[in-house]
Amino acid sequence: MRYSSLSLLRQGLSGHQGWPAAWRSATLKRRYDAVVIGGGGHGLAAAYYLAKHHGIRDVAVLERGWLGGGNTGRNTTIVRSNYFFPESVALFDFALRQYEQLSEELNYNIMLSQRGILNIGHTDHQMELMARNVNAMLVNGIDVELLDAKQVRSELPLANFSESARYPILGGFTQRRGGVARHDAVAWGYARAADALGVDIVQNCEVTEFHIEHGRVVGLETSLGPVSAGTFGLSASGHNGVLARKAGFRLPLTSYALQAMVSEPIKPVLDTVAMSWATGMYVSQSDKGELVFGAGLDLYPSYAQRGNLNVAQGVVAGMLEIFPPFRGLRMLRQWAGIVDVPWDYSPILGPSPVGNLHLNAGWGTGGFKATPAGGYFLAHAMATGEHHPISKPFDLSRFSTGAFIDEAAGAGISH
Amino acid sequence: MLLIPCPWCGPRDEPEFLFGGEPVTRPVPAEHVTDAAWADYLYFRDNDKGPHREVWCHAAGCGQWFVMERDTVTHSVLSVRKPGEPA
Repeated sequence: MRYSSLSLLRQGLSGHQGWPAAWRSATLKRRYDAVVIGGGGHGLAAAYYLAKHHGIRDVAVLERGWLGGGNTGRNTTIVRSNYFFPESVALFDFALRQYEQLSEELNYNIMLSQRGILNIGHTDHQMELMARNVNAMLVNGIDVELLDAKQVRSELPLANFSESARYPILGGFTQRRGGVARHDAVAWGYARAADALGVDIVQNCEVTEFHIEHGRVVGLETSLGPVSAGTFGLSASGHNGVLARKAGFRLPLTSYALQAMVSEPIKPVLDTVAMSWATGMYVSQSDKGELVFGAGLDLYPSYAQRGNLNVAQGVVAGMLEIFPPFRGLRMLRQWAGIVDVPWDYSPILGPSPVGNLHLNAGWGTGGFKATPAGGYFLAHAMATGEHHPISKPFDLSRFSTGAFIDEAAGAGISH
Repeated sequence: MLLIPCPWCGPRDEPEFLFGGEPVTRPVPAEHVTDAAWADYLYFRDNDKGPHREVWCHAAGCGQWFVMERDTVTHSVLSVRKPGEPA
């Protein structure tokens, strides 16, 4: 069924009892043309682009848990492309441009809200670094603006501009096209569109073993039985390293828990995404009114999907320092997702040491904003066996050639 | 929060410690080490789910490094030992 105001009206008049399921609950077949491991936003997007752009419709997406229940449902929903290096800009702005027309393309409202993302600078050094970054981004064609303290104050009237502030606000920069999108809707929209093109989405299906012959994957063992295919995609975020080892190789990744949390809902007080360079805290307000904020990594490897209290306390303290009026709010929920962090904070895309297994890994702390790009370039690699020009610099080989794309240093921020 | 038994100081809170990565051994001799082997040593890791060998530093305590085996799912500490001590 095509979603429209007419279908909404029609369903409304019949008590909303007639909505069909958005996607089929598929049973796993024994053989596909292509299998994507990981049913988050990235994996579902890959399946959709395989079917739509490459004519490969005999595709399965294998999800260990439930659809979008990993990092797709655990991020802070921020989208932006304010990166430093041209390679990163090409990649992340591709994703943002896809997001800008995705609701229409998928006929599914992803609730994209381009409310801007405002980075706050607190020292002269940070302001100089921001000016340098803004210049680089402008050269790369990204819509950023350097702001002085007065401009920041007009956009963030609740921020701490008092003379005794521990972290005085000297200015900032904003990307107006940045903002937030509804993360579940991105996964559900891709799932529905992929399903409509014939893709099988199989939940509760954990990959337990890879069968490798002559350097190629010939089949997988899963909790729902064996499955084979001609081409495979690995898109399992925090578990990419675990699955790679089952396939016989290691990746330059470390899996960490990344926390986020929300407050109780309140009336609208914040109409942009604010990010402080002093405390590493970022905060936005959801459509329900909750303040959504995060967080740094718990800095040791974890697969526990929960963060520790000392890091949560640091995040809350950082937010209250920048936004003292939020002191009276109660916390509603706190959680963590497991993110696969590479050494240069840039993703690892394209071929793996196993011939027909392609990587969509290493998105680390910033995968949600890149969902359309991760899916698009994984589909390209799986269908053609080759890199798309945009994904080529992100090849695994950069760890032995030394051609890193060091965004941790380049952008001055870690996510 | 982790309670980490420093082999020198006894149990202390997590914020006193620094995670230092997986134990790795530098390949030698340098002139025979390929780019791939060097990259493997520098960057490629086991990243185990479950029991995981790690080196930690009691940075805000005695400042000593030690080897800890820790479960990355339950976060329980399985063993600690001083560097060079048998596992």
